[in-house]
Amino acid sequence: MTTDDTKRYAWVGKSIPKVDAAAKVRGKAIYTDDISLPGLVYAKIKGSTVPHGRIVKIDTHKAEALPGVLAVIVGDPTTMKPYSVNNYLPTEQALASGKVRYYGEGVAAVAALDEKTAERAVSLIEVEYEALPFVLDPREAMEPGKPLLHDFAERNINYKGEQDFGDVDKAFAESHLVMENHYYCSYVSHAFLEPQSVVADYDTVKGHLTVHTCIQLPHYFHQTLSRALELPMERIRVIVPTVGGGFGGKTEATPASLVACILSRKLGKPVKITYDREEVFQQNKGRHPAYMRMKMGFDPEGRITACDFDNTLDGGAHSSWGFVTLWFSAALTQLPYKLPNVRFRGRRIFTNKPTTGAQRCLGGVQVRMSMESLLDEAAQKLGIHPFHIRMVNAVETGHQTQAVFDVRHSELKRCIETVVAKSGFCEKYGKLPFGRGIGLACGHYSTGGAYLLYKSNRPHSTANIRVDTEAGTTVFVGATDIGQGSTTVLTQMVAEVLGLDLAEIHIVCQDTTLAPMDNGTYDSRVTYGAGHAVKRAAIDARDKLFGIAAIKLDVNPEQLECAGGFIYATYSPKKRIAFREAVHQYLSTVGPLFGTGSYTPPQPSGDYQGKLIGPTPAFGFTAQVAEIEVDVETGKLKIIKYWEAGDCGKAINPMSVEGQVEGGISMGLGQALFEEMKMSKEGKMENPNFHDYRIPTTMDMPEIDATIVESFDPTAPFGNKEVGEGPVGPVIPAILNAIYDAVGVRITEVPVTPERILRALGKLDQPSKNKL
Amino acid sequence: MKQVLSLNINGHDRDVMVSHEDLLVDVLRDQLGLIGTKKGCGHGSCGTCTVIIDGEAVLSCLTLALSSQGKKITTIEGIEKDGALHPLQQSFIERGAVQCGFCTPGMIMSAAALLSHNKSPSIEEIKIGLSGNLCRCTGYVKIVDAVEVAAAKMRQLDAAQKGA
Repeated sequence: MTTDDTKRYAWVGKSIPKVDAAAKVRGKAIYTDDISLPGLVYAKIKGSTVPHGRIVKIDTHKAEALPGVLAVIVGDPTTMKPYSVNNYLPTEQALASGKVRYYGEGVAAVAALDEKTAERAVSLIEVEYEALPFVLDPREAMEPGKPLLHDFAERNINYKGEQDFGDVDKAFAESHLVMENHYYCSYVSHAFLEPQSVVADYDTVKGHLTVHTCIQLPHYFHQTLSRALELPMERIRVIVPTVGGGFGGKTEATPASLVACILSRKLGKPVKITYDREEVFQQNKGRHPAYMRMKMGFDPEGRITACDFDNTLDGGAHSSWGFVTLWFSAALTQLPYKLPNVRFRGRRIFTNKPTTGAQRCLGGVQVRMSMESLLDEAAQKLGIHPFHIRMVNAVETGHQTQAVFDVRHSELKRCIETVVAKSGFCEKYGKLPFGRGIGLACGHYSTGGAYLLYKSNRPHSTANIRVDTEAGTTVFVGATDIGQGSTTVLTQMVAEVLGLDLAEIHIVCQDTTLAPMDNGTYDSRVTYGAGHAVKRAAIDARDKLFGIAAIKLDVNPEQLECAGGFIYATYSPKKRIAFREAVHQYLSTVGPLFGTGSYTPPQPSGDYQGKLIGPTPAFGFTAQVAEIEVDVETGKLKIIKYWEAGDCGKAINPMSVEGQVEGGISMGLGQALFEEMKMSKEGKMENPNFHDYRIPTTMDMPEIDATIVESFDPTAPFGNKEVGEGPVGPVIPAILNAIYDAVGVRITEVPVTPERILRALGKLDQPSKNKL
Repeated sequence: MKQVLSLNINGHDRDVMVSHEDLLVDVLRDQLGLIGTKKGCGHGSCGTCTVIIDGEAVLSCLTLALSSQGKKITTIEGIEKDGALHPLQQSFIERGAVQCGFCTPGMIMSAAALLSHNKSPSIEEIKIGLSGNLCRCTGYVKIVDAVEVAAAKMRQLDAAQKGA
């Protein structure tokens, strides 16, 4: 199935309801906080009350004396090893020792018989701090003489990087037009609805730890636990219950997950910690705020001659996904347009704020905001239509970027044409009445990275299949369903290969003991990578059955197919044997029936700093149009309608694809219009709740017209590419470009509050604090 | 001091031990194992803890268990009839309105309360009815659609019943 024979598919390409939807609508799906184990006790963490300070003294006596308290622990550098998601520049600890670096960082924890006692005990812990000067703005944090968060990071530079492809200066000198502008992309968080929760259960007799927690990357989490707790991986089992949304925010160990493990090991009892919403915001790991300078050169026809991108990322207090985000922001400039010369200068800076990390469309939201805005500015100057400037630059199948990314398949141009036609963009752009406008923006995202977070050549996804007459077909795969529906699409793929009904396929995932290793749910890699693994495992098992069926049917095994519960001869379909019967025969004559499969992505071939991040097996593309209305008196903005056309390859499950697109647009729209984590002058988050940190509600969502552009990627298991992240990227610039069309002002900072609009219209005169 | 309290939940009287400060959401989840009611924020701003009390959608994280005495409480576990899914549950499955599922029970309870008062809501009325329930996954498109579909189905069932 390397060509598009999708019309023959029984399950792939069908809008199948999610396999876990029934449990979810009945309230029967078990999330981490729903778990209760015999003897379960509860823990709470004491957070710091200064954004930067030396811990002078922690008095736990009163807490320890409270009836019902079982254990109190404080930060300890000998037992609480620093960690980070990739073990690169590890800075975070289960509980801070020595000093705290953001308001809310844990310094002590209490385990008690019930949650209320644990809460009360935490309030009785007295912590004395020597307050240190702090920095909240990364531009200031880089200046000489500013307070340093970490000893190793001079001028608070966590990581910096440079890339040069071609001769950017020469290209600018020879360009017909050179444009430059500065942009600020804001401080937002995932706002998944399920707060992180963990139940750690250490068996003191066996020396074995079982951890139940909502984590997107159980494999990396497993490694983090092993290193931080100094326990071999085979003595740890990570079980991931139903995950209530992740969006990148559940890719790393929370301090609470380590605290729960430490307390459980100490007490020999299962320990649960569930964050409250304020703690969720303080733990953050959301999108990196970015101070960006984008400069691009153009020829008279609007072709981009060079791109020079400078990016300062606000990392908050710890390392997290910092260097990955920095390099991704470089990599994401390389597409979706043909750029002959590219320069990148970037740095990630520590500040005394909740740490930033991975959030849906990591690196892409920032880059798209600046590049798509500047493209429109250039089009305006050149007298070229925004539609044409994108068509002239859009990448096509077979394109190789300067950073040696191979675009093995692209339908970007058809996405642009489709969305422009459906929205009437060309009829409306520049022609709507004042106050009303329409904007276009494009985007893309990688489909699975080419790198592991540690040095290894092992496959990124693996799957095993067991076929028998007792359990049917059971697929063991390490993928994590965080709500995006991976279990459903993997079920569809296996059912397709084996010609079985969906109900006959049982997926076992989200358990490091039962399921083999998988990189995890990030970087839009699951449907592609784990898809390859389950497909190959299914083919492996199927081919074994074909050996038995071929003899029975007297047909060459290469001329057999599976469909409708039968194995039959391709050229004489009446010759057939029931799948179940073939399994029975195999078990009787050969023995147990297993299949195995794995996936390893192509390796990067470039030779430059940061080369591991960016090259990916495939790229998804998206083009979007926003039609908006601005009230020039109040500054209020209303989205009238939103259009999207996307190339996600073959849509395994079109209904799921639509859900990803609609959800992605909603997240982009929230950041564009109102979401922002606000810090007080004292370094405390001012809005750590859903009243004050507002995410889109039903009332904020416009009508969305999303089109799946027909496409098939020949490198993918079933022609499929990413759709989970790419659609978030163009939302901000589509809206910013529409604002320009509506009222003729260029907004370069988000969120686009009424205040920012009025200021841009010259109706308010205070300067913006985030302008570079 | 804790006291024994009898609560009518999903048609049954259940005895629970509560103090004056215990919230209904915690009593449902921790004492009665009704974990379908979720706790997403604890401040009454996300809607995941929505239950129906005497016909109205109520946030159980802002409701004292004591104040619920003598009232009829329905949770997500109580809207199926004889093992058959409620039309809303069915349409949420079929229309792709479920992703991570954490908002789903609360969303369905708010929709059920809405449809009990208004059998033919417009899209705008559905949006208003669900505006207190946050969802981060779906962008609400398929949720609003599912409620519309369920409303039509329920009207059909009503009509069939009246005809019979």
